[in-house]
Amino acid sequence: MAKLELRNVVKRFGDVVVCNGINLDIEQGQMVCLIGASGAGKSTLLRCINLLEPTEDGEILLDGKDIAVPGIDPQAARKKIGMVFQNFNLFPHMTALQNVMLAPRRVYKQSRSELEADVTQLFIRFGLADRMQNYPDQLSGGQQQRVAIIRALAMRPEVMLFDEITSALDPQLVGEVLDVLLKLKLEGMTMVLATHEMQFARQAADKICFLKNGIIVEEGPPQQIFNSPKQAATKEFLSRALK
Amino acid sequence: MSDSKAAGKTRRELFEQRQRRRSTAIAATSTLLFLLAVIIFVPMTPGWEKVQKSFFNGAVLAKTFPKLIEAFKLNIMIFLWSAPLIAILGLLVALARDAKSPALFPLKILSAAFTDVFRGVPVILTVYLIGFGIPGLGLPRPWNSPYIWGSLALILTYSAYVAEIFRAGIDSVHPSQRSAALSLGLSERQVMRDIVLPQAVRNVVPSQMNMLIALQKDVSLLSFIGPVEIFRQAGVYKSLMANFTPYVGAAIIFLVVTIPATRYADFLLARQSRQRS
Repeated sequence: MAKLELRNVVKRFGDVVVCNGINLDIEQGQMVCLIGASGAGKSTLLRCINLLEPTEDGEILLDGKDIAVPGIDPQAARKKIGMVFQNFNLFPHMTALQNVMLAPRRVYKQSRSELEADVTQLFIRFGLADRMQNYPDQLSGGQQQRVAIIRALAMRPEVMLFDEITSALDPQLVGEVLDVLLKLKLEGMTMVLATHEMQFARQAADKICFLKNGIIVEEGPPQQIFNSPKQAATKEFLSRALK
Repeated sequence: MSDSKAAGKTRRELFEQRQRRRSTAIAATSTLLFLLAVIIFVPMTPGWEKVQKSFFNGAVLAKTFPKLIEAFKLNIMIFLWSAPLIAILGLLVALARDAKSPALFPLKILSAAFTDVFRGVPVILTVYLIGFGIPGLGLPRPWNSPYIWGSLALILTYSAYVAEIFRAGIDSVHPSQRSAALSLGLSERQVMRDIVLPQAVRNVVPSQMNMLIALQKDVSLLSFIGPVEIFRQAGVYKSLMANFTPYVGAAIIFLVVTIPATRYADFLLARQSRQRS
């Protein structure tokens, strides 16, 4: 049994079919990269896994348990699945520390003092110990995105979803955020990324999925997808993306 | 290249300095001429003496001004107890209107009706209806006080407007903030309380400042149902002295409060639009 299993996931916005029956297995500790052109359905698929978008049909199994049953309380699953967004989405009226502490305090009813050691440790690990008291608008894009990752990690998630988290960054800031992902991979975090960083996907991913028009056209280990793609659509996309 | 010019002024700076001096001189001269014309020609207009005696009478002003300030304290008191209640009721109405739970549907309808009715009726009508009407039911003291019911009329009317502004503020918080908070496992309630509302309230401070200024002026409407606040007091002196100067005095007192407040609200708005751009 895989950690996270998608079975025929369908998502529509009105008449537009964004995910048209997605099947995907993500093993414990795997890093899976979703690639494809904008509008292929990568981001929507991640939002569906986090239950931010209700799915029309299909099952999303976390440890074998369907979390996408219509009417189910989404909070229980979201506690176990962290998500990081393209535009950071930090809360601008709170300091970095408050951003990180809010969810554990509210959801797990932990006190500030209980959390302090663990949270400080997270900030130190990702090189932001001296930024804890800063507000988001006092931080660079790369720092904001790392705070957003820490904020998700503070909930002790079992799976992390990353939605094009380097797309809004200046090129010189991309590296520091990708380094964080490598660290998490080493620690055995199960991760799903929607990404345009082809070099990174090639080097770090365990599995690449190429999406087009809401379906997974081709999936496999990075060597196979990048070096010898079987589908014409994959070849065409990669020839443009790797230029 | 520009190093050689760094010590002195560039030719552009010299040109702009000349331009500024010239503009200042022209503005000063034309303002002076305009003031001179006003001082010389206005008293020459037919009937000026009558106008001056009736509206700008120094003796009457000196005599009534302290009493007007005394009466203005009542305006401030009514304002001070109404404003916080308006903020609270306005926020509750705004939240009730966006309530999602089906059990709260009646509250939703009620708050929609509330804002429609009290925004749609002239303030003075509400003041008469509640301020005269309810004490007229023969309530015992102190429950027949026009202060209570007059203030309630203002509170109801202003809450309706304030609620709409809060609602706009809630809508102004980007949906991605909600997504981020929900993805962390927070409940809808927690998202509203910890993430959406704090930002919404901050976003509408300048608009709500304008509501406060309007309220400050509309307190005077209560004079129609009894309380002797500044407008009523000025009216008393007008009748006693057959002179309109007390009204001018009252206007001056209002302006001393409202002009700085308005400027401050404008400043907040300008700063906010700068931050957003």
